[in-house]
Order: sequence, then structure tokens, then C-alpha cells
Amino acid sequence: MITIDGVSQTFKGRSGPVEAIRDINLSIAEGEFLTVIGRSGCGKSTLLRMVAGLLKPTRGEVRVAGELVREPRRDVAMVFQKPALLPWRSVEDNILLPVEIFGWKKADHRANADRLLEMTGLTAFRKRLPHELSGGMQQRVSLCRALIQRPKVMLMDEPFSALDALTREELAVELQRIHMELGTTIIFVTHSIQEAVLLADRVAVLSSRPGQLRRLVEIPIPRPRSFGHNAHLDEVAKVSAELHSLLLNDTHLPKTSTI
Amino acid sequence: MTDIEAGSRMSRVWTNAVLPVLGVVLTVALWWGITVAFHIDPFYVPSPADVVDSFMRTPQFLVEETWTTVQRVLIGFAIAVLTGLVIAVTLAASRTVERMAMPVLAAVNAVPKVALAPLLLVWMGFGDAPKIVMVVLLSFFPVIVSTMAGLTSTPADLRELARSLKASWWQTFVKVRLTWALPQVFVGLKVATPLAIIGAVIGEVVNPDRGLGSVIAGSGASNDTPLAFAALVLLAATGVILFYLVAGVERLLVPWARAISA
Repeated sequence: MITIDGVSQTFKGRSGPVEAIRDINLSIAEGEFLTVIGRSGCGKSTLLRMVAGLLKPTRGEVRVAGELVREPRRDVAMVFQKPALLPWRSVEDNILLPVEIFGWKKADHRANADRLLEMTGLTAFRKRLPHELSGGMQQRVSLCRALIQRPKVMLMDEPFSALDALTREELAVELQRIHMELGTTIIFVTHSIQEAVLLADRVAVLSSRPGQLRRLVEIPIPRPRSFGHNAHLDEVAKVSAELHSLLLNDTHLPKTSTI
Repeated sequence: MTDIEAGSRMSRVWTNAVLPVLGVVLTVALWWGITVAFHIDPFYVPSPADVVDSFMRTPQFLVEETWTTVQRVLIGFAIAVLTGLVIAVTLAASRTVERMAMPVLAAVNAVPKVALAPLLLVWMGFGDAPKIVMVVLLSFFPVIVSTMAGLTSTPADLRELARSLKASWWQTFVKVRLTWALPQVFVGLKVATPLAIIGAVIGEVVNPDRGLGSVIAGSGASNDTPLAFAALVLLAATGVILFYLVAGVERLLVPWARAISA
């Protein structure tokens, strides 16, 4: 579904070029849930923006459904760290924003909007304005807005990181359910090991500065997964420990030369 | 209704209606008290009673003059808002135009408008036109500056959203930037309202024909200070009413703005 082929990104910084991402190769299957994990500033968001077509790779190329990504696509939806809702639009109208911008007929998508509202428990709040909702509900709205596009691919950039711990877990479990139901291919950037282990088929661990693919870790735990007590505590502990050591040892990596 | 709800309603009435009226009443009382206590000659500072007296002598005349001034203010203000918005949108759309036009606009704004009044007389003669132009000259700049500030303050996350949806420039402008700018536009409108009234009065005082400014100019010639005060009170009242009208429209159009700025 998605191939990331030798992708690098170098920004022009004030004191010379800054290498954000170096030579990443990844291929993501249809319906797969891939989590990208790494420390702050490791270039995870940069990588996601390149897949989204918001940023052109300095080297290499990204393909979605076999087509070279040059600009944002309608079948690829983004969910940002902030809900990015229009404060003057009701929940429902915020969700329908992509439909308007794409010039689609609203009538064709109302039923889908209803279903998404139902799925995320927002039906009773459809007429409310964003500021009347909690942070978790706002992020649900932004999830619905991405899903109204009927995307083949969803790109999620630390979507739950601004929320409190419990809401975060709740939304992660909900996202898992949505993914199981819709089978959308998802790339999910996070720095939470817990989230990565709950959600991912595979976890791509990035090293810091420049972001390189350190390891791809399979999460072989059957779904639905849950936080807290479950039948797979041992596997969860094992994978989490592995991810922990990968991320923490990052600082001890030999310094690679800059360009 | 519970006691608590009744209580909070009472306190809302208190803060929104009673307190402002009380403030005005106290100010008038203070004014009156000073004129009485210090035996001030009404020729210098008339007491509130003298002012009311003066108004009651020719109420219809003063109401008509007020209406003349209000019309000039409203027409001039409408022109200022429309041109201000169009100019601001143009400047926000093109950096080249903005860089070229901004110094010129700032220079025009910095010219003391009173100094232009004799020129307007030469160009346009007597009547409404020079007064309306004066209103426009005084009130257009805050509209431009605040609208531009609003248009350029679109949050990064909303811009990124528009980009990721591949929204056209026009779509982004209409659906995101313009509405986002509205609260700031209203800041400019509220600054511009009193300036519009000042503009009309400058025009009328320098080049008197009709309107409250002309009344003030005439009262100076006939040593009728209470009449000048009556005209000033009417101008102040007009200013307050216009300001609250703009604030009312703001509440209707951008009810969300208070909530997100809190």
C-alpha cells in the first residue's frame, strides 16, 4: 500500500544543513497498522509529512497504491496532534469540511457522518461547538473528519499526546476498534511505548538525529488488545521492554558523521 | 428556578445593567456637585440642569442636527469599513502589494486630518461630501490594520489542515482565514467607531453647515456654552450607542470568539 524508498530529508538550518531523516526504507501492507516511535525531534513527524505529500523528500520517493506522492491525496487522511477544528463550526459541520473542500455532494456523505458520530459516541454532541467539548471529544471529531474522506490510508501524528493519560488509553482502544472495523492502513506516530504495543502490527523504531530506521519490531499479540489485565501480559511486557531498551540505548549509539 | 439560579441572574442584571447606569448617574451628580459647590459660571461650565434646559428650548432642532451628523457618520463608516476590508484582503493576498502600499497608507493615516479640512472645502465645497470624506479618512486605518492582523494570524494547525485537504487559496481564505479574522476585525471596528464621529465633527466644526459640529461652532459665536454642552452630550450618547451596536453585531456574528480567547 505504501512504500517508502530510500527517503531522506535535509532542512536548511541557520547554521548549515540539518539532516532530519536518513535513508528510510519501509513498506506497509494494505490494512496494516504501523507505529513509528522515537524520541522527540527524531524526525517522525517529518517522515509522516513526506508520506502525506506535505513535504518533498530531499532524496528517495514515497508511493501510495503504486503512485508517486507529489501532493496530498484525497484517499490519504491526516490526524494532527491538535484537533485543528474550526471553532465556529459545529461538530457535524467540522466533520463535513473535507466533503465541502473536495466539492463532493454533502447529501451523499451525511449517512456516513451519522455513522461516524455514532461510532465515536458523538451523536448527542453533533450540534455543539468545539469549545464546548473536552479535549478527548475534540480529537474524536478530528478522527471523524479524517474518516469522512473514506481514506485508504490514515496518517496520525501523535494524535493523543495532548490528552490526559486515561483519555489517551480510551481513545487508543477506540482507534483499535475502528481499525479492526474499517481495515484502513494506518501510520501512527507516537512516543508512547504503551500506545505502540496496543495498536501496532509492527513498530518502526527511529534513532535520533538523523532519524534512521533502527529496528522493525513485530507485535504478535492477537487483537483485540487491551490495557490492564489480559491474557497476554507476558508478551506485552517482553515487547515493551525490548522497545524501551531500543529507545533508551539510542543515546549510546556511535555518532554518525554528518554530511 | 432555584435560589442559586435566581441569585446568579440577579447578579448578572446588577453587573450588566445597574452598574453602568449607576456609573453614569454618579458622574452627572459629581459634575453637578462641582458646579454648585464652586459657584461656577454657566458660561464656563454649565450644570447638567443648564444643559437640559438648553436642550428643552430647541429639542427638535437638536434632534435633527444629531440625525444629520449620525447619517454622515454611518455613511462614512460604511465606506471606511468596506474599503478597509477590501484593501486589507488585497494586502493580505499579495506580499508585493502589501510591501508597496503599507508605507503609503501609514503616511496617509499620519497626516493630521484637521489640516486637510480646508483642502476638502476647496475640492468639494460645502455640504455632506467633505464631512463624509473626513469620517472615512479618520476611520479606515484601524479597519485595515486589524483585518490584516486577523488574516495573518491563522493558526499553523488550521493552515496545515487546509493544505492536507488540498484546499484552494480561495477555499482556505473563505472557509478558514476570513472567519478566523472576524474577532480581530471587530476590534478595529470598535476603535474606528468613535473616530468616525470625531471625523464628522471635525468636518462640521471647520466647515459648518448643519450637524452637531456646526451647532458647537455656532454656539461659540453666540457665547451659548450650555448649547455647546448639549451638543457634546448628544455626540457622546451617539458614540456610546454606535459602540454598543457594533459590539452587539459582534456577539451575533462571532459568538465563539469569547469562548476560545478565554
